[in-house]
Amino acid sequence: MNKPAPQITPTGRPNPVDIVRASLKRRYARERRFRWLGATAVLIGLLCVVLLFADIILKGYTAFQQTYIRLPIALEAESIDPEGTGARAAIEDADYLALIRNALFELFPEVRDRQERRLLTSIVSVGAPNLVREYVLAHPDRIGTTQEIWVPATADIDMLMKGHINRDLPEAERRVKDQTLGWIDRLAAEGRIAKRFNTPFFVNGTSREPELAGIAGALMGSFYTLLLTLILSFPIGVGAAIYLEEFAPRNRWTDLIEININNLAAVPSIVFGLLGLAVFIGFFGMPRSTPLVGALVLTLMTLPTIIIASRAALKSVPPSIREAALGVGASSLQTQFHHVLPLAMPGMLTGTIIGMAQALGETAPLLMIGMIAFIVDIPQGFTDMATVLPVQIYLWADSPERGFVERTSAAIMVLLAFLFAMNLAAVLLRRRFERRW
Amino acid sequence: MKQSAIVVAVTLAASSAFSVPAMARDTLYIVGSSTVFPFSTAVAEALGRSKKGIKTPKVESTGTGGGMKLFCAGVGINHPDITNASRAIKASEYETCQANGVKEITEVKIGFDGIVIANSKTSGRWDLNLKDLYLALAKDVPDGKGGFQPNPYKKWNEVNPDLPDLKIEVLGPPPTSGTRDAFVELAMEGGCNSISEIKALKKTDEKKHKAVCQGIREDGAYIEAGENDNLIVQKLIANPSALGIFGYSFLDQNTDKIQGSKVNGVEPKYETISTGQYPISRSLYFYVKNAHLESFPAIKDYVTEFTSDKAWGPNGYLADKGLIALPDAERKAIAQKARAFTPMEKPSH
Repeated sequence: MNKPAPQITPTGRPNPVDIVRASLKRRYARERRFRWLGATAVLIGLLCVVLLFADIILKGYTAFQQTYIRLPIALEAESIDPEGTGARAAIEDADYLALIRNALFELFPEVRDRQERRLLTSIVSVGAPNLVREYVLAHPDRIGTTQEIWVPATADIDMLMKGHINRDLPEAERRVKDQTLGWIDRLAAEGRIAKRFNTPFFVNGTSREPELAGIAGALMGSFYTLLLTLILSFPIGVGAAIYLEEFAPRNRWTDLIEININNLAAVPSIVFGLLGLAVFIGFFGMPRSTPLVGALVLTLMTLPTIIIASRAALKSVPPSIREAALGVGASSLQTQFHHVLPLAMPGMLTGTIIGMAQALGETAPLLMIGMIAFIVDIPQGFTDMATVLPVQIYLWADSPERGFVERTSAAIMVLLAFLFAMNLAAVLLRRRFERRW
Repeated sequence: MKQSAIVVAVTLAASSAFSVPAMARDTLYIVGSSTVFPFSTAVAEALGRSKKGIKTPKVESTGTGGGMKLFCAGVGINHPDITNASRAIKASEYETCQANGVKEITEVKIGFDGIVIANSKTSGRWDLNLKDLYLALAKDVPDGKGGFQPNPYKKWNEVNPDLPDLKIEVLGPPPTSGTRDAFVELAMEGGCNSISEIKALKKTDEKKHKAVCQGIREDGAYIEAGENDNLIVQKLIANPSALGIFGYSFLDQNTDKIQGSKVNGVEPKYETISTGQYPISRSLYFYVKNAHLESFPAIKDYVTEFTSDKAWGPNGYLADKGLIALPDAERKAIAQKARAFTPMEKPSH
């Protein structure tokens, strides 16, 4: 296409229409380039997310199953309840490990050597006796019979069954030796070994043994911490926002406060942990490693987020609403609480949920107040020692046992599920209640 | 309007100022080294499982130095009962303890931990000596003219012609890690003292000697891979020409994928570390606050469990976790002293 030469108007200047036409193609190209760049950026972002999720899910999905071994355990009356009283204490005290060992030796009568017998016993998890104890406590009438009970296998066997241990390697380089392999194969041929849903993962506290480790302790810790954070930070944050936005005079002091709140939102979270250590633990003497202190620290951290979001929500309520309310004789407080606040609430809740989601994923400030710890017992309240989900993930990721690799990924999946749910709630709340003017 | 402002301000102040009285504690409180953490938690869990009426102790992973600081801060329920350490207590830490009323401390040596230099199984096994490691990883090396120059070596065969023609690429822990401290102390210092002109420097200029021996290069040949040793293992599998530095327990768990390099001709194995033949190994400890024994009798159960052969013996459950047991006679002597809670003397340095 030939570019028409700019026509010279009688005044001697080029015609503006021609100038625009000449640049048109270039400007369209520029727009296309920008769109293309934007689309690429989004695509790269999405690709990273997909890769991350695929990696986590591929590594972690096996953790939702756990290898169990079915053993014919003779629940002999003379070793569980020798006096025949049926007393709970007696049943609790019995030596269930011995029963499990006897069941294994029955299955493999040819294993007689002491060392070999130890090796044979080690295919069953150290948590198995507890499981058998629970079983007997639940069914005391079955004492004296032989029951087929599924007990968890040790983590190495679990890894073998899930294909994480290569059988073709020389024996010295494998954690599961040839002899054990033989036993496992025989158990598998007899249908005595199977992968079942990993309930312990959801009901147990953490453990040093991967097959017994669960996230219930960390989940409850996260629950108590977040609940208290919400109870503390929502009223304080919304109250501060209403005061600053609607009541406070505009002067140097409120400007200073405003700048400080914005700055606080950008402070690295570990600084809040140091503050928590010095103030809450050092000065007020609150117990270390508890959801109480964790929540106070996270409250400090999320407050700026909530205040900023709440102020933005208040700002978006049109002044006409306030004026109308004041016009029909409402007091300032009535105007705020009857008219402005309900309209601003969706925005405030969105900000709060995002703040909470941030708090849910936080580890750094909790390091300073002792929540990065090995705590087996599931916390029952705000002052029990606890850890939280991201901390549990961090501790498992750092463990040498291979069984923790899949459990780390599984715990990440649980954490992500909660984050998704919270963000989804924020989006839905906004959709449902937001009003536009 | 003014009034409501005051109301809000008062509510804010009141809600942030509520204080909780210090609460009684019914579990043992253990802090300290992240290297000892897996062993300490295993014992804690075994104790919680086997003994009725004892809650599983809480174990915090604070690092050796951080643990000592908490441990020596005082006596009382807010202070830890036991601290784990991947090195012996220092004289300065002992003095802090004394000054804060932590008078009697029982020292328990629990075993050895080897630091391995490993690579992927898909390439050959390395045979290094401490001098090679020093020359490859130091920040400044002798320039042959009596002075020092920034480390010029880019490839292993420049350090030692017997080594392969590969880029120097070592993944290791960051300075905050106890493993790094031990590596610097055992491997780097050992290697640098094998060079006579640096050894002579120690007598004339100790400060310079320390700087020369302990500085690790920052030009990219030594890659700080974070505190997570699992990550180093994964990176080694992905990059067969790289070497990685981490604790023996990670090698023990991954023998199907990685192999430990020979150092001074000795392969890192359970036997060679326990006999002291393997040069890069250190002792692990824990320290007990005797003043807490009365209020927390569970300390005795913990120490008894830890020092029983089913835990720290060569066939115990801690050996499964990668702890390298002490020789039989030493174990017996230490167990006896530990169970009697014989307080330690002031360390010499």
